[in-house]
Amino acid sequence: MIITKEDIGRISSLARLDLSEDDQSLFAQQLSGILRIIDALAEVDTQGMNQMISPAGLSNVLREDIALPSVDPEEALSNAPEREGAFFKVPRIMEVD
Amino acid sequence: MRLNELKAHELLPMIRRQEVAVEEAVTETLNRIAAVDRTIQAYISVAREHVLRKAKEADARLKKGEPARPLEGLPVAIKDNICTKGIRTTSASRYLEDFIPPYDATVVRRLEDAGAIIVGKTNLDEFAMGSSTENSAMFPTRNPWNLKRVPGGSSGGSAAAVIADEAVFALGSDTGGSIRQPASFCGIVGLKPSYGLVSRYGLIGYASSMDQIGPMTRDVRDCALILRAIAGHDPSDSQSYSKELPDYTECLIADISGITVGVPKEFLEEGLSKTVKDAFMKALDKLEELGARIIEVSLPHSRHALAAYYVISSAEASSNLARLDGVRYGYRAAGCEDSASMMAMSRGEGLGPEVKRRIVLGTYVLSAENHEKYFNEALRVRSLISGDFREVFETCDCLVGPTSPTVAFEAGEKTRDPLEMYLSDVYTVPPNLAGIPGISVPCGFDEEGMPVGLQIMAEQYDEATLLRVAYTFEQATDFHKRRPEIQKGAHESAGGERSV
Repeated sequence: MIITKEDIGRISSLARLDLSEDDQSLFAQQLSGILRIIDALAEVDTQGMNQMISPAGLSNVLREDIALPSVDPEEALSNAPEREGAFFKVPRIMEVD
Repeated sequence: MRLNELKAHELLPMIRRQEVAVEEAVTETLNRIAAVDRTIQAYISVAREHVLRKAKEADARLKKGEPARPLEGLPVAIKDNICTKGIRTTSASRYLEDFIPPYDATVVRRLEDAGAIIVGKTNLDEFAMGSSTENSAMFPTRNPWNLKRVPGGSSGGSAAAVIADEAVFALGSDTGGSIRQPASFCGIVGLKPSYGLVSRYGLIGYASSMDQIGPMTRDVRDCALILRAIAGHDPSDSQSYSKELPDYTECLIADISGITVGVPKEFLEEGLSKTVKDAFMKALDKLEELGARIIEVSLPHSRHALAAYYVISSAEASSNLARLDGVRYGYRAAGCEDSASMMAMSRGEGLGPEVKRRIVLGTYVLSAENHEKYFNEALRVRSLISGDFREVFETCDCLVGPTSPTVAFEAGEKTRDPLEMYLSDVYTVPPNLAGIPGISVPCGFDEEGMPVGLQIMAEQYDEATLLRVAYTFEQATDFHKRRPEIQKGAHESAGGERSV
């Protein structure tokens, strides 16, 4: 599989990741190399195999629905790049008419 | 011998009997850091004030006659992707350069409750992505055996700190070999526990279905001692193992007669350097001489492990690292007009090239058109790899092989081609995919004096057999006793001592 610079541009915007033009070209070349190795997976006969998502073999780990103490709001906000009162502050998220 | 050079199990009884004060012990470690860390660069942060305060508290308690706790007064180095409340935790990323966790990881809580004292936070490849610690956004760490070589990675800072006597023991994390490979490159003992044995709560997640925290120590006895302190069920980690565990220090039996040791033939094929192979073959003879029965086995799907690993780990990384959005903590790019561009720019400016590469690869293999072809297929191959292990463990008690195909390589040697760097993990990745434990113990040196590691693997949750075989081998050999002589001067960094 060959990945183009345009592919990298599209994928990185899906991942919300700004990449320079130079990085896009470099990644296109490097990821094409990595995909050549990964493409070998297609040769493996995996018919009837389960998709192994975790080696723990657990599912639906439940607990009683009891409220427990959690991080203090002031502590939770202590690493915020920007805050206002008890909130994290971000630049606007909607278009202004 | 100085206090900072002792093993945990040697220092503990001295502290218990109050022959040495905890303050003396930690001061020797701090002095060692001051003397050599400009050269080695193992630590990102040294918590000097914190260490001295904790030491004084411990001494006061002991003087009052309170009983010593299981790890009382031991100076420990913690990999900087493990959260420490109030102590900066960067994951070696510019993105988290100023991050001060509001909580402790479960392993940190358990070590401190057992009396251990956190000396500082060690260097790693950014977000644990790499095999040489050269991907750290802070600075590279040097291998104490040869300053031109890498210490391995991603837990390179922890491995270097332990062999350079800058900590009595350390914690690392291992997703595809990040404890075992640096342990091998630095000539120490490194254990990746079974998936779920040690809580991941507070570990900055990279690939959550493979991440495990484990001990990095100077010998196998210390490894068992530290594992006993950190292993066990934690309700904060939903994948945590909840059955009763043995006392790992009681698994240190120097006898392997009757044990069947399997050697996967795929681990001795092309790509393995001659020096590592020679050391490994000698180790195999030693195991046989000690009474083990050696058989050849096959893990036919292991040759696809690296490909499956890079698909799964990158996919999980791209999902895990989506939380780095510049909103709640970490780096935020300046001057953005809207939130979407703020997130993309913060990530673009705050993250390093290897992290970006894996986010892009992970996003690609998870995208609608590739999900089935790459991600689901890799998960099926993972089942096959796991099945190979299950099958061979019906014929043998443990597996052995080299930890890494080469000894520590030169700094800069593999940074240009990511694929070549990835090959360094070819023997360590399969156990992570299958969730089984693996340990690296020193098993020789090459002609230039660089250490070689022996990897031992066992069935899931059978750390007892792993420790028994590792201990028996170690007690019959001297490789773990050799120490590097650090050449100071030529490689001193320009920066001053780092502290928090």
